[in-house]
Amino acid sequence: MEVKDANSALLSNYEVFQLLTDLKEQRKESGKNKHSSGQQNLNTITYETLKYISKTPCRHQSPEIVREFLTAMKSHKLTKAEKLQLLNHRPMTAVEIQLMVEESEERLTEEQIEALLHTVTSILPAGPEAEQKKNTDDVTMDEEDPA
Amino acid sequence: MFVLVEMVDTVRIPPWQFERKLNDSIAEELNKKLANKVMYNVGLCICLFDITKLEDAYVFPGDGASHTKVHFRYVVFHPFLDEILIGKIKGCSPEGVHVSLGFFDDILIPPESLQQPAKFDEAEQVWVWEYETEEGAHDLYMDTGEEIRFRVVDESFVDTSPTGPSSAEAMSSSEELPKKEAPYTLVGSISEPGLGLLSWWTSS
Repeated sequence: MEVKDANSALLSNYEVFQLLTDLKEQRKESGKNKHSSGQQNLNTITYETLKYISKTPCRHQSPEIVREFLTAMKSHKLTKAEKLQLLNHRPMTAVEIQLMVEESEERLTEEQIEALLHTVTSILPAGPEAEQKKNTDDVTMDEEDPA
Repeated sequence: MFVLVEMVDTVRIPPWQFERKLNDSIAEELNKKLANKVMYNVGLCICLFDITKLEDAYVFPGDGASHTKVHFRYVVFHPFLDEILIGKIKGCSPEGVHVSLGFFDDILIPPESLQQPAKFDEAEQVWVWEYETEEGAHDLYMDTGEEIRFRVVDESFVDTSPTGPSSAEAMSSSEELPKKEAPYTLVGSISEPGLGLLSWWTSS
């Protein structure tokens, strides 16, 4: 076993989610040899990783959304690692942006941080909890109306 | 969080699998060998991404199986330094806070990297952040099962390959149980604004 390149490319959580979901579908179709002892490790790691990524906002992304996000990010001049973190975490506050972007106080003004937040929240779809919260907010607003 | 690693390996396909397509057999063998395993200085292997090149398959005298040299790319969990991750608190101990990502468990946040000032509550076995405001000190508990955002500050790989027979004898006489070391551990830190339990920083 030889490692030719230990860092040949960075993968976003969405890409890994897509890959594992496709792998799961393929194996479900082929059926019989999933439960042999050799495949148990693959089953475990696939299940746990899918469970983890499903709880993040990445599960609602698509290749078009990612492409749109990267084109929008071009103007902000961020490094690849910073763009990847923004894509994986979908920060909603300025504090989170300061964590992910190195030396953000020197590189970005407050308006630029606001613009960045706006781009992130408008292009990337929200995670499952944020959608739930949005639904409960809508429900409470309806309840207030008759009063 | 995940990287693509290019590797080369020779895969052995036993004769009873010759009826299957070579690509499928090779993919299955590679996943059997690497999935959910830690490679020294590489990371936790997740699953096969693709096969980039298959060289000729040879059958050697004495062994009916075919041996194929395969160039492939594997998805590996290997967060880069200073990356922000979100995990769940598995538990607290005097060594620090143990965090888990579900598929990866060996993450430790040592006491010096917690939001200061922090103290360890012996009765409940939890770490507490003593947050001071004008009204007084709030005790913020780091309970098990809570989601926590942390920064990766260090990683360490331990070679856990089996040692030779001579050292095994010496070990069995001195210790009853060999110490189980995690092959890949991450050290995290939450000593910055925005890090720590998600509930500390969400404005409702």
